[in-house]
Amino acid sequence: MAETRTISIDPVNRIEGHLKVEVVVDGGEVKEARCSGQLFRGFELMLLGRDPRDAALLVQRVCGVCPIAHATASALSLDDAFGLEGIPENGRLMRNLIFGSNFIQSHVLHFYHLAALDYVDVTAAADYRGADNRLASLKAFLQGGEAAPYLPRYEGDYRLSKAANRQAASHYVEALEARRIAHEMCAIFGGKMPHQVGIVVGGCTETPTADKIAAFLSKLEWLRRFVDNVYLPDVLGVAEAYPDYFAIGAGPKRWFSYGGLDLETKTRDPLKRKRFFPSGIVAADLKLGPMEAEQIVEYVKHSWYDNATSGRKPSEADTAPAPEKPSGYSWIKAPRYAGEPYEVGPLARTLVAYAAGEKTVKREVNALLRKFKAQPEALFSVLGRHAARALEARRLVEAMAGWALELKPGEPVCDWREAPESGAGMGVTEAPRGGVGHWCEIANHKLSRYQLVVPTTWNASPKDDDGKPGPIEQALIGTKVKDAENPFELVRIVRSFDPCLACSVHMLTPKGREIAVCRAT
Amino acid sequence: MAKGEKVKEHPAIWFQASACSGCVVAALNGVAPTIRDLIVDQLAPGHHVSLRFQPTIMAGSGKLALEVLAATEESKDGYLLIVDGALPTGANGLYGRAAGRIAESTMYRRALELAEKATAIVAMGTCAAYGGMHAARPNPTGCISVSEALAKAGIVRPVVNVAGCPPHPDWFTGVVGQALLFGWPTADQVDAAGRPKRFFGRLLHDLCPRRGEFEAHKFAKAIGEPGCLYELGCKGPWTHADCPEREFNSGTNWCVKAGSPCHGCVEPFFPDVASPIYRKISLPELPKLARDGAAGPLRAIMRPQPVEEK
Repeated sequence: MAETRTISIDPVNRIEGHLKVEVVVDGGEVKEARCSGQLFRGFELMLLGRDPRDAALLVQRVCGVCPIAHATASALSLDDAFGLEGIPENGRLMRNLIFGSNFIQSHVLHFYHLAALDYVDVTAAADYRGADNRLASLKAFLQGGEAAPYLPRYEGDYRLSKAANRQAASHYVEALEARRIAHEMCAIFGGKMPHQVGIVVGGCTETPTADKIAAFLSKLEWLRRFVDNVYLPDVLGVAEAYPDYFAIGAGPKRWFSYGGLDLETKTRDPLKRKRFFPSGIVAADLKLGPMEAEQIVEYVKHSWYDNATSGRKPSEADTAPAPEKPSGYSWIKAPRYAGEPYEVGPLARTLVAYAAGEKTVKREVNALLRKFKAQPEALFSVLGRHAARALEARRLVEAMAGWALELKPGEPVCDWREAPESGAGMGVTEAPRGGVGHWCEIANHKLSRYQLVVPTTWNASPKDDDGKPGPIEQALIGTKVKDAENPFELVRIVRSFDPCLACSVHMLTPKGREIAVCRAT
Repeated sequence: MAKGEKVKEHPAIWFQASACSGCVVAALNGVAPTIRDLIVDQLAPGHHVSLRFQPTIMAGSGKLALEVLAATEESKDGYLLIVDGALPTGANGLYGRAAGRIAESTMYRRALELAEKATAIVAMGTCAAYGGMHAARPNPTGCISVSEALAKAGIVRPVVNVAGCPPHPDWFTGVVGQALLFGWPTADQVDAAGRPKRFFGRLLHDLCPRRGEFEAHKFAKAIGEPGCLYELGCKGPWTHADCPEREFNSGTNWCVKAGSPCHGCVEPFFPDVASPIYRKISLPELPKLARDGAAGPLRAIMRPQPVEEK
């Protein structure tokens, strides 16, 4: 196959949001790749002029899959701007429990409901004769002749045995319940999900009581069994059947983590706080470096924004949409760290923690590598990302059980205050799919500036001004595509990043318009 | 329904516009019926919803997905169209690009094409229903609601607004279930804001378990304190929804129960009139704010019913 051809996948479904991927294939190998965010919203401008406290609630609407990541980053930036020297312990713990539960929800949703259909053949349930009611349901469904939304699909490369396909299909249905239960856990301390209401500047709104703690722990135990007995084994099962995906989709081989889930809040700078996920940067040599937020610059040469705004720090961003700019091909900007594209997400967190020498992470990762007789490089791959996600879910389940028991009924939950006259704050944390940062400024008791740099802006970014492709683009380039009509390799690579497009395209701070929208209400 | 009897298939298309996917995730959280009932099993006995196009969960991508969409669009059987998200009209719709039938198109254009041929339309969530967060001041992308877009284009199709940011899954499955079992809601079954009265017919304030504390003037002054949240900006007195009775996430909790004031997310005035969220809105202010916040015709017909301040 020596011909050159373009494969365009639009829309890429089973991700969050609107993504188009285009690759040029020559001799069966991807030579060029373009990742294109299709939607622009302008969230930051919508926050200007509002009561700063509203930000943590409203900004969640950036993303319905990980709203808590935005509520948390926003609340952290507001804590900072309000000058709070720490928040009540109950507030810190409830934030972590709401957030941790959504990590599990998001990871389970991602593996089963977004990614698994690339590996699992659900039609294996069509001639099932057994007692599993989930498979019986699927069988009746498939026999009904209306197989949407599970067919049509790419055909060919499904490698699991019939029994394994059936078991995974049954788990797909069970996982719907697992993620629902994880959301119930969010709601216990956060009121509802999606778009919880519990996380506010200064702490949380809910009051912990013994019955809520017991309910949370009961659901957590159900999830622990699911993660240990279903999720982790299924990820390993897929890895065994598709071992070549340990060598596909590496990306830029640079990763960072802001760190996330506070273990204390007295340290003002979130990058220096003691956190469940450590902060740092790491490359293929797995040597840990410090994460410095001032190294972040955003480029727009290949994005639909005015070129004059390229090369600025997020805190100085000044974005003007140019929807028909010829050199543009995405609504996503191209953030770079010290001039280089970086991958963020569960793999980044895992590698940073590994490089930082965290014992549990080292033990789990080394066990995984031994099982597959692999070197650490095998982690820089499609399967490395799935495995990192599953191992992280297990660590979170363990940690949350301890955090829930640290809650103290009757103690304060929130340090609630009026907004200061002026202030500025940075809130950086880790969303399920990677590092998320919010920067706010307050003037005259109102928000005068608000900026977000979110995970998929890193991962799904287009080329920067130097022509360096973004992480997903790099992960695609060099990939061998066996069947251009059924390009499994491409969608498996893209989905391994768990892209969240709604998050990544939201920027807008047109020059000179702030005054017009900062009117008092 | 006994096994083996003919199940009626109801084709459906879920079109996502300028949205956050929260409405899709909310739909996954249903308990009775569950999402499994909705997709795999029967939503109501003898009735199966054939979800032909749903970008977040469907197996196929690109061409495969668009072919299914086109086939459903062309089919004589009709389809239920579910739209989540508002429709961006700014920059000729280019703020929201979408794969078209032939060339690249926009969300706005595609939504109208799909709406024109739909049997009926569910505007899922406050953004689709009224513009919502995506049309928040200063509405940078010119987002409008589904009803407003239809009115502009002169397209007349039955629309029900399943409001909420995001809606309770029962509100969604309740509307779809009713359509399958008893037919599309009649005019007297929806309120002035296009919502089914079954779920949105009563004032949240009248259903609130903290109403006694309101009457007794026991008000919380800071987050974390016991008492009615009216002084902390609760919009319950202007919000129509059965949240207190239904509760979210399998009946686990809801905003006021969790110590957070209602922010009126089911109302056409969300979020602009609803913010400042944590500040009491004085009663004479509200109609003015509702007018100033108007981003669509439904905002104009919104008639908030202020309660007497004691």
